[in-house]
Amino acid sequence: MIPLSEAVLVLVLLVNFAVLAASRLTFTIRATAIQGVLLGILPLTIGDPWSGKSLLLSGGTLALKAIVLPNVLLWAMREAAVRREVEPSLGPIASVGAGVLSVGLAQALSRNLPPLDAALPRLLVTASIATVLSGFIVLMTRRKAMTQVVGYLMLENGVYLFGLILAGRVPLLVELGVLLDLLVGVFIMGLVVFHMNRELESLDSARLSELRD
Amino acid sequence: MSLLALVLVPLAGALLAGLDPSRARRLAWLGSAATAHLLLLALAWGGALERSETLWLRFDPLGGLVLTLVSVVFLAVAASSVFYLRREVPRGGRAYEACLLGFLASASVVCLTDHFGALWVAMETTTLATAPLIYHPSDRRSIEAVWKYLLICSVGIALALLGTFLLALAQGTVPGSPDLLRSTILAAPRLDPVWFKAAFVFLFVGYGTKAGLAPMHTWLPDAHGEAPSPISALLSGALINLAFLAILRVVQVANAAGQERALAPVLIGFGLGSVLVATALLLRQRDYKRMLAYSSVEQMGVVSIGCGLGMAASYGALLHLLGSSLGKALLFLVAGNVLVAYRSKRIDDVSGLIERVPASGALLLAGFFLLAGAPPFPLFWSELAILRGAFLGGQPWVAAALVALQAVAFVGVGVRIVSMVQGAAPGGEVPRGRESLWLLLPPAGLLLVALLVGLVPAVQSVLLAAAATIGGTAP
Repeated sequence: MIPLSEAVLVLVLLVNFAVLAASRLTFTIRATAIQGVLLGILPLTIGDPWSGKSLLLSGGTLALKAIVLPNVLLWAMREAAVRREVEPSLGPIASVGAGVLSVGLAQALSRNLPPLDAALPRLLVTASIATVLSGFIVLMTRRKAMTQVVGYLMLENGVYLFGLILAGRVPLLVELGVLLDLLVGVFIMGLVVFHMNRELESLDSARLSELRD
Repeated sequence: MSLLALVLVPLAGALLAGLDPSRARRLAWLGSAATAHLLLLALAWGGALERSETLWLRFDPLGGLVLTLVSVVFLAVAASSVFYLRREVPRGGRAYEACLLGFLASASVVCLTDHFGALWVAMETTTLATAPLIYHPSDRRSIEAVWKYLLICSVGIALALLGTFLLALAQGTVPGSPDLLRSTILAAPRLDPVWFKAAFVFLFVGYGTKAGLAPMHTWLPDAHGEAPSPISALLSGALINLAFLAILRVVQVANAAGQERALAPVLIGFGLGSVLVATALLLRQRDYKRMLAYSSVEQMGVVSIGCGLGMAASYGALLHLLGSSLGKALLFLVAGNVLVAYRSKRIDDVSGLIERVPASGALLLAGFFLLAGAPPFPLFWSELAILRGAFLGGQPWVAAALVALQAVAFVGVGVRIVSMVQGAAPGGEVPRGRESLWLLLPPAGLLLVALLVGLVPAVQSVLLAAAATIGGTAP
């Protein structure tokens, strides 16, 4: 039987593809919320599930990545009346193709790295690098400011996965600090997106082009 | 008292200022917290503050130097904010002072912490604390600038977090060790070279984005150009140095691990690239604040080259970091004075400064000579040390490229500065002699500090001690 942690990581990869293929903005935001739930479950499937620290981390991740951040983005979308299309500069098929490439690259990279603790799920490094790369693809190929925030969140999720390799060895204060910074960062981004839309009538960051050399 | 006071004093000031409805009192909180921070730092240099375990704080010459620079620039920024706040509703509204002090508190953590994780958290906090200060909700250009700043720096910093995790892996798998990432320098000889190289790449690109090294510098000219002048001075004189300090921390680890040779080509390559890109773009600017911003990219490139060359050049790089940051903060503050008098950021619209606002005109010229490396100023010695390091290290072509590019930049900036200072002043509303002291004292103070940095022997010995930890030797 496949261990639970590996199954969760496969689902994380599937969410990446869902975001890459999506054409509706609200769908991509909900997809990152689902990815947040998966990331919240993951620490419980690796190592000691009932230690106070992993419960706290898991709870913090769930609250933040699955509930608060997606709702901040949905709020900004609703209040600023953002149009719901993603409007990618790279079509869905090409995006998914790039996603497949990124998984292949991640797999190749993770095989060439020095060996890690055998107790860790084998997919962990692959899923982490693939999620970081998918986040980059979204950041680079989506022109809307809001979709770029989604890409940034995916990138952060990938980095978070990588951090699980060190599970328990990074002090709690630092882990909480990372989550707090993410919360404030996305909150300010949501606020800027809100004002941007009011000023520019659309959230197309490609139209932000007054400042250039 | 412990080093934690350097974090708690500005933090308490931020809370008090954030809750206070009176603008005059908020300014008083800002001024007193900034002054107290500088005084506490003097105590720390005297060894009167002990290390703190809460945020893994300890005092070393390298972090102390950068924090002192930040604190001095901060005081000048706080003082010039008095005039800025009198003229307009500040960006960030009522939170202006609280955001500034929040930046100072996180800067203290960045400079003093021993833990790469805490360093990361504090670094991201400096971005978040300064974003509201650049941002004006109804000004399109500032929205664009703040968007680039937030997104590019946050993504860069996310990569640095990946690098931080890789660094922890390089430290080896000691299960359950709570001191992971801490005192990495002491544990450095045991670092795994493969993981460490991967860690360095991500940490360099991540923190280099925030330090404004090309090609990740694209946020910098926009943020520096669009922010109000005191904030531009803070970004250029303090914020980007904090990011470079993070890179220097990695260089410290590499030196302790004996792996510094692997880093040198990266530091020199990105450094030369930054000087090249900045010089090329600097010549095309019509906006004097953006021109100064590109000059920041150029200076950061010079510092990076110096660190990559090592030996005698490391000392030069640190001196260059101090001198150019003071000079750049000075110039951005004076640029604010010019903007007040002429209401235009275009170089073509400004002429006859020496006639219209003589003190600001003189300070602008002095700042330019400071940056150009004229003899009494520290940049003269730092450039010499870096060039010497290049020749001694057997890389004369680096020195040649550096001299050539800097000569072009010198002429380019010089011509524009002189055209602003001389000539006939256009007719306008601001009559002669109405320069507020609040606008002149902060940059004049920075000029004095810059002069002292080059002349006081105690500074030299601290610089040498700091340079020794990043692979430097006496010049």
